[in-house]
Parts: sequence; C-alpha cells; structure tokens
Amino acid sequence: MAATDKTPILKVEGLQTSFFTHDGEVKAVDGVDFEVGANETLGIVGESGSGKSITSLSIMQLVESPGKIKGGSINLTGEDLLKKSKSQFAKYRGNRVSMIFQEPMTSLNPVFTVGHQVSEALRIHKKLGKKDARQEAIRMLKLVGIPAPEDRAKRYPHELSGGMRQRVMIAIALSCDPELLIADEPTTALDVTIQAQILELIKNLQESSGMAVLIITHDLGVIAETADKVAVMYAGEVVEQADVKTLFKRPLHPYTKGLMNAIPRHDVDMDELEVIKGTVPSSAEMPSGCRFMKRCPYASEICETHPSLATPTHNYGVEDDSGAVRCWIYTEEWDTATKKQEVQ
Amino acid sequence: MGSTVNQKPAREEEIGAPESRWKSLFKKLIRNKSSLIGSCILIFFLLVAAFAPFLMTHDPNSTDLLNDFETPSSENWFGTDHNGRDIYSRIVYGTHLTLYVGTVSVAIGAAVGIVLGLFAGYYGRFVDTVIMRVADVLLAFPGILLALAIVSALGASLNNVIIALSIYNIPVFARIVRGSVLEVKSVEYIEAIRALGAKDGKIMFQHILPNVSSPVIVQASLQIATSILSAAGLSFLGVGVQPPTPEWGAMLNSGRSYMWDSPHLTLFPGIALVLVVLGFNLLGDGLRDALDPKSKK
Repeated sequence: MAATDKTPILKVEGLQTSFFTHDGEVKAVDGVDFEVGANETLGIVGESGSGKSITSLSIMQLVESPGKIKGGSINLTGEDLLKKSKSQFAKYRGNRVSMIFQEPMTSLNPVFTVGHQVSEALRIHKKLGKKDARQEAIRMLKLVGIPAPEDRAKRYPHELSGGMRQRVMIAIALSCDPELLIADEPTTALDVTIQAQILELIKNLQESSGMAVLIITHDLGVIAETADKVAVMYAGEVVEQADVKTLFKRPLHPYTKGLMNAIPRHDVDMDELEVIKGTVPSSAEMPSGCRFMKRCPYASEICETHPSLATPTHNYGVEDDSGAVRCWIYTEEWDTATKKQEVQ
Repeated sequence: MGSTVNQKPAREEEIGAPESRWKSLFKKLIRNKSSLIGSCILIFFLLVAAFAPFLMTHDPNSTDLLNDFETPSSENWFGTDHNGRDIYSRIVYGTHLTLYVGTVSVAIGAAVGIVLGLFAGYYGRFVDTVIMRVADVLLAFPGILLALAIVSALGASLNNVIIALSIYNIPVFARIVRGSVLEVKSVEYIEAIRALGAKDGKIMFQHILPNVSSPVIVQASLQIATSILSAAGLSFLGVGVQPPTPEWGAMLNSGRSYMWDSPHLTLFPGIALVLVVLGFNLLGDGLRDALDPKSKK
C-alpha cells in the first residue's frame, strides 16, 4: 500500500493541549499538525519537555487533569476523535488505536498472568469468551516472538525479562489489530541488542498488518532505523518535518542541526560533542517570536516574529520539496531582514 | 548477537513451573515464626469454636448456686463463677461469639471502606474531599468512644455492637485503600489498561484493587484484634452483649467485683482474650512481612 494519494490513517491538525496550573496555562502542545498513512511510520523526535509525549497522550485522550485538549482535530480515517464522547472513544482505545509505553517493567500489572493481560483487550473489544481469548492471546505471544507461548502465558510479569515484557506489551497493543500504533519511547528502557530486536519486530508486524505507526523518541538513531517521516518538536511545536532521508541529509532548522551535531560519530574525529546551549524555555518565559531564538546561533531581528511551518523556498540548497520548516532563514524575508541589519 | 538471543529464553526456562501468588505467600507465612505461631493460635480457637458443642463439659448457662466460686478442679476445669456456671464451658461457647464479632465487623467495615477508598483515590478532587473529610471526622473520635456512642444510640445488643464496630472500621480501611490507590493509580500499567479501553469500574475493581490488597489484608487481621478488644470493652462497660450470653468481655465485667477473692473468674476469659488478640496480631505482622515485596526472606 502506498502512503500517498490516500486518506491518511491519522491526521492531526492544530492540536493544542494545555495544562492549567496555579501559575497559569502551560501550553505543552501548541498547534501541532502531522499525518501518518497506512504502512507508514512517523517519528516524532524532541528533547524532554518538547511536548512529544503529551501529543501521543492527546491522541489517546489520556491527558490527565489539569491537562486539557484545547483545540485542533485528531482524525482517524476521517473521523474526528475529539468529537467522540468518552464512552464512544473508549471503543477506539486499544482497538483501533493502541499504545505501547516506555517502561515495560511497570506497564504490566504484576498481579495478573501475561496471558490474562493479553486476552484482556480481546475480551473488552472483540467480546471473545475466556477460552477463545486465551487461544488468541497465545497466538499473539507467538507472533511477537515469545518462545513457548503456552507456558509463558501462565507466567507473571516479574518472571519475564525486560525485552520479553516489551514483546508482551506489543502483543497486547496489537491484539485487536489496530490501524494506528503509538509507541512512546518503546526502547528507551531496553539495552541496545534488545532495542534492535524490538524495533525490528514492530517493523515486521507493520509490514504484515499495514498499520500506521507513530514512534515517539528522543533518539535519532531509533528514528533513522524505523521512521519514514520525521517531525521534530520543540517547545510544543513542530519545527521541522521531512522524510527521514531528507532530514538526515540536510537538516534545515537550527535546532535539528544542533540535534544532529550532538550525536556521537565514529567517522569524525572530535574531542567534544557539540551541545545546544540553554534549555527549553519554560512557559512563563516563552518568547513571543521564534521559540528557539534564545538558543539559536543565527537569531536575528526578524526572529522576534513567530515563524510558521512552511515549505522552504530559500537558502536550502538541495532541490527537494517534501519537508517543511519553521524558520525565517528559509524564507525570502530572511535576506531582506539581514541585509537591512547589515546596512544599519 | 545470535547467542544473546538464544541465551535469554534458556535462562528463563530455569525458573521452573509458574508458582501461584497464593502458594508462595503460604510458603512465606509458614517460614515466618510470628505468623506461624499466630496461625496456630487462631486455628486452635477456630477448632474450639467449630466443635464447641463437643468440647463443653457443662451447659454454659445453667446455674448452680450451691457450687459458686469453685476454684479449678477436675469437675470444673476453670472453676465456676458467682452463679455457679462452669467457666470453661462458657469460654468455649463464647469463642464463636468473639470470632464472629471480630470478623463480621471487620468484613463489613472493610467492604464499605475499600469501596469508598477506591472511589476517593481514583476520582480524587471533590469525591476525595467529601469521603476523606467524613472519614477524618470519624477517625477523630477514639474508637471505643465512637462505638460506645453508636451502641448507646442503637441500644445494647450483639448486632448493634457489630454495626458500631463496622462503622468504626470503615474510615480505617477507606484511608488505607485511598493512600494505596493514589500510589498505584499513577503506575504505567494502569495507564496502559486505560489505553486498552477499559472502563473506570473495571480499572478500579479488577486492576487497582488486587494491587492494594496487601495493606488491606494486613490491616484486616490487625483490625480484627482491635475489634475483638473493643467488643469485649463494650461488654465490659455493660453496653455490649448482654448477660447471660457468655461473651468474654461480659464475663470479665461480671467477674470484676470478685477479682480479689476469686481471680479465676476474670483470669481465664482474660487469657482467652489475650491469646486470640495475640494470634491475630502475630498473623498480621507475619502477613505484613510476607506481603512486603521488599522483604527477601
């Protein structure tokens, strides 16, 4: 299935999620747009506090108070999920949209056997009987590569290793054959060899089912390995969007460039890794213009005005079109603005 | 990499057959001295209560004024009281009353308290405030005083004692459950099950409740001991189970006047009471150790 020319499985437009605290509104996600098609993987990358996890929780509508989805739309195959009532949406969760979490050690309930937990979703959504659900659970465990699934189904989570548990989580998430899988830092808690296996597994399962996958991570390595498209998030906004090859070939946004430079490389001799100076601004000191301005080496006067996410038309070198970037440098205005500055 | 992949399952195979939670808990309880002794004491009293009709040597309520204040003998093992009733038979008969009052009042109190605690902890905010403030008010009274007030209002009888003690037990459980729910609620597996589309009721009762059961079980065993003491206290104060019912507290009360000349009237029911309470407390301590995941023993 080609991703293009089709209604995307997931289309998020202008999503805004805020936390209403005593100190005022904190805009965790502020106008995020992206879409993922069938059989396609979108990676959302960003540092802590960039709003990537809140984006995924918003899609699942699991944002806890004082957090609230303020605006925008989340379309799953054309239906706006935000217009659904709580009980209507409960039928989607775990059924058409599934999620796997970061911590496989704590994501399984310690008092139930693994088999019970895998059959849970089947019993909730597919209304399977106890026996059928159990059979199906064992089949799922086998599918995610758990050896001796009949025996493992009888085990409690503490008897399994971290990698096994993450496989179980994937089995649970995929048990109802969802159209969209959200994986929030699925491999962060695992060691590197297991990481590779889990990513491989997700990829294989995607190929056979054609589901859309949303991978949330701070690890560009994971993105490079799995994603087709990437959205880079910073301070609640998408600052750059491109397909994965383009992004790695020519990162445009100064923040993305900074992230790339911060990856240790074995082919380049360097004494110290480059760091992006400063931290993500807190909501109180969020600049009204470009949010990255204070940490940006290229910041100029024009950056006092908030840039929009647009296809680069200027200064970007390579002739390809797919991406979008939220930076003044890639607009016509940049030259005029900087020239004016030089004259002054 | 191939070797790492293959090693993992091999190592897990060594764990052996899956062991149920209850089986391993039972093993831990047996290994723990305090719970072992506690359980033995309680099993003894349970057997006494169950086989009371066969164990009694006399009718617990038949008076024999010619043989009052008899000291222990082969005829009356624990002696006789001021009405000439056989103390041994009365204690044996009273065992089931004591256990009944303790367990039933805790069962009712725990059932209501657990539900309230689950709601308070799970929904938080307004629900939490209302439930927990009421619980605080109830907890502000000393237990026996609260029970005393309730029994005085309802009238003295066995059932009213149970009602009073149940009410007293509710906030104790509500508070413990609420605290544990707050802790468990934020763990990822609860978020994960919500992400699976489970409804609130299912999450609360099927997923959170079993995870907060350890402190509840421990508290229940300790609370039974407290309730038995309170029930005896109420009987002792004369507002509990009414004479001539051979309730241990009531026996202590009626023996009180003769304590100097015939201490056996109070000594034997006192010892029985101490043993039962001790049994529940030891079991409670043992359960606490056994259910604490941090204890490696």
